[in-house]
Amino acid sequence: MSTAQKYEANPELVARFPEIHPPLDQVSAVTEANRCLYCFDAPCMAACPTHIDVPRFIKKIAQGNLRGSALTILDANILGASCARVCPVDVLCEGACVFHRYNKQPIEIGRLQRHAMDAFWRDGAKLERKAAAERPGRVACIGAGPASVSFAAEMRMQGFRATVFERKPLPGGLNTYGVAEYKLRSSDSLREIELVRSLGVEFLFGKDVGSEAALSKLEQDYDFIFLGIGLGRMRELDVPGGKHAGVVDALKFIADYKTDGKLTVGRRVAVVGAGNTAIDAARAALRLGAHEVRMLYRRDESSMSAFLLEYEQAGDEGVRFHWWTQPVEVIVSKDSSRVEAIQCVRTEMNSRGELRMLAESRFAIPCDMVIPAIGQLPLMEFLRNCRGLQVDGGRVVVDRATGQTSNPKYFAGGDCVNGGREVVDAVADGKRTALAVAKLLEKLHG
Amino acid sequence: MAEKNFTPDLSVMFAGKIYSPNPFWLASAPPTNCGEQVMRAFDAGWGGAVWKTVGDPIVNVSSRYSSIDWNGQRMMGLNNIELITDRPLEVNLREISEVKKRYPKHAVIASLMVESKREAWHKIVQQTEDAGADGLELNFGCPHGMSERGMGSAVGQVPEYTQMITEWVKEKARTPVLVKLTPNISDIRVVARAAKRGGADGLSAINTINSITGIDLDTFVPRPNVDGKSSHGGYCGPAVKPIALNLVQQVQGDAEASLPLSGIGGISDWRDAAEFLLLGCSNVQVCTAVMHYGYRIVEDMADGLANWMRGKRFARIADFQGKSLRNVQEWKHLNLNYKIVARIHEEKCIGCELCYTACWDGAHQCIHLDRVGPNGGERMTPAMHEAISKKSIAMTLIPKLDHAPTGNGSEPYATPLARIPRVDEDECVGCNLCALVCPVESCITMEQVETGLAAQSWAQRMGDASNPARKCD
Repeated sequence: MSTAQKYEANPELVARFPEIHPPLDQVSAVTEANRCLYCFDAPCMAACPTHIDVPRFIKKIAQGNLRGSALTILDANILGASCARVCPVDVLCEGACVFHRYNKQPIEIGRLQRHAMDAFWRDGAKLERKAAAERPGRVACIGAGPASVSFAAEMRMQGFRATVFERKPLPGGLNTYGVAEYKLRSSDSLREIELVRSLGVEFLFGKDVGSEAALSKLEQDYDFIFLGIGLGRMRELDVPGGKHAGVVDALKFIADYKTDGKLTVGRRVAVVGAGNTAIDAARAALRLGAHEVRMLYRRDESSMSAFLLEYEQAGDEGVRFHWWTQPVEVIVSKDSSRVEAIQCVRTEMNSRGELRMLAESRFAIPCDMVIPAIGQLPLMEFLRNCRGLQVDGGRVVVDRATGQTSNPKYFAGGDCVNGGREVVDAVADGKRTALAVAKLLEKLHG
Repeated sequence: MAEKNFTPDLSVMFAGKIYSPNPFWLASAPPTNCGEQVMRAFDAGWGGAVWKTVGDPIVNVSSRYSSIDWNGQRMMGLNNIELITDRPLEVNLREISEVKKRYPKHAVIASLMVESKREAWHKIVQQTEDAGADGLELNFGCPHGMSERGMGSAVGQVPEYTQMITEWVKEKARTPVLVKLTPNISDIRVVARAAKRGGADGLSAINTINSITGIDLDTFVPRPNVDGKSSHGGYCGPAVKPIALNLVQQVQGDAEASLPLSGIGGISDWRDAAEFLLLGCSNVQVCTAVMHYGYRIVEDMADGLANWMRGKRFARIADFQGKSLRNVQEWKHLNLNYKIVARIHEEKCIGCELCYTACWDGAHQCIHLDRVGPNGGERMTPAMHEAISKKSIAMTLIPKLDHAPTGNGSEPYATPLARIPRVDEDECVGCNLCALVCPVESCITMEQVETGLAAQSWAQRMGDASNPARKCD
């Protein structure tokens, strides 16, 4: 695949988005690895949705077995390299480190994991399948994001045939299109998918299999179907002026600069929302050259869905936060050529806990670009086409242990099931489901 | 009892004749290679120096040292294949004279090694004493290179040679004579006794231990690498301290061997020094720690020792010298009816469970993870605990969507009760292992429990034929 090279050399993107967690050098990595206590049944391992054996891979770094360390990681999490970069480790493995209870810095697990994975790639990224023999049974995965890739990789590892159908021209899902570039480069995401392809997983791009006809064809051709479709487009800013060209939703804004070479941004940017995607967009806007980035949220910081660390880092970088602020109109210039400001009202929580707008509180924040980041919509149309699929509140209902949906032919994992969490959650869903599907295939084919 | 703010006297008179302002001497090694070094060392605070061994000129190889690092710590142990001084004898003698003139109150000991001829020994004794040395240390310990030529440990491993050469030296010497002992022998007391019979005034122990520190896994050549080959060397540094302490105790606990002893072996700080003094040494010698950090380390050796002595109300070194010797006994005299058990101070536990896995795999399976959960009563193995964790489903908690897992009020400590182990005191044998592996200071303590039995040693039990325990043990 040549796509992996496609974005390698965008020097301006690389220069504008230096890595937020630079790699550890060999000596620092060993020193850090030696700090690890090697806890039994370690809390960091339990906290990781993919249950990477953290003390084991860290011990291997300390002992100079970097390949063994990387294979330990990959055994639990095929996307261990991107997870090392994008995981909110302070609320996962590092947040669970026992050193928090001993007044010591937790082990830098994320950076150590990256150290092992970097060595794996330097070494030629050689990965063998667990089962060399081909086994009867084939599965289809819809969507080439982390959940599907993880599912397909584990199926293939065990000798089954796996085909991934993807609408877009590139695999990786949000890892390629949606993760802030200072955390994970699209090229690194594509390199990781290439590893999965090297196991023998088949990828078909530009394939929309969302119609009823296409789905029933898949049902005939494959033993089981895994839905790793994620979520759909972002919610629109439903106010006057909300459809102006100067209003760009956060995921499009991020995908544009990451994979479309669009390195332009407004001079004064207003981001609407206070989730992790909103923060990613705000920080990217600063890196792309915006002079002023403001985040508007109708509640306050205690209600935001962004992680505390992300929020603090954005503030440190110069993003300004406006709490209790609800946009009501995007004000455009008379000739409609550009956005001039965003009109807002103040909000407050009444005694019944309901949010309400304050009368006579209108005010305008000057800006020339508005980035709404107020959540993604579920892919309801697609889900309706899957026969007998139970969906609750936009989320596919599954058995947590196996990933099986109400239609026994279909399994699902990742954002379409959990409503939008982290890459590592999607990887865990995919892996857990693959183990269950593999057992079913053994029964099915003997 | 001394007053609260008294200044302890650190000075030592070794073998009744060699004065030094404190018990810290530099061992015969690279840090005492020349006069310029020794004078800087005295300026830094060292009380004495044993000059790098003088004798007939030799030629050294490069490289010469290799080390053992452990868990990120450099030079836990050091190995060398360097020989005695490679400088002309007359240069060493001239510099010894100069140092003694400038530093009359510091101890300068000449370490000697010549071929095993009476005349050669008489000559070198005369020359070094004429130069002004306060004492002589006979290097019968060097384990590499020189031993192939019939010197160093080749002498120290044969009691008859040790005694004979000591006698030759004593025929001529006017200053105290110390014999430096090699640890590379099955019973160090035999050679110590021979030195004493030969008339030695004191001993130094231990010299370095035969070692190969490691092998380069790419070239397959052991370290240090000398043009693709290596040779065994002498091991020293913090790693050898326990071995040195034991050998010091063996010598000082033996009436036929015991003499004023200069303690050597992995001494890096004042605590190490105090331990050697407590086992009967009159002073200590240091090398590796200086090679690692420089002469400056002596400042805290003196300061730390003085502060400890003040706290213990010891006015001078002699007040505690040898105080621990009586506490080292043969195993058969230890009390079999003394019982301690591990107590986990759960408010300090951080939940690493190292005590649990150590007790299950390395001790007596008496620490359990059964504080919480449905498996009360059923004993779970480590593998069962791990399997449960691996099957658990975890997910990233989003602040807005999920409640934080802590703060539900039912957990008494920051560490979940499920991760705090429990000691089965009835099964605990009091081995100490859990307390040794616990990373938290004072989290696991070993507490004495009353057995209701009078103290009884193995020797007493075996001597008492009426005791039924005799048959079944």
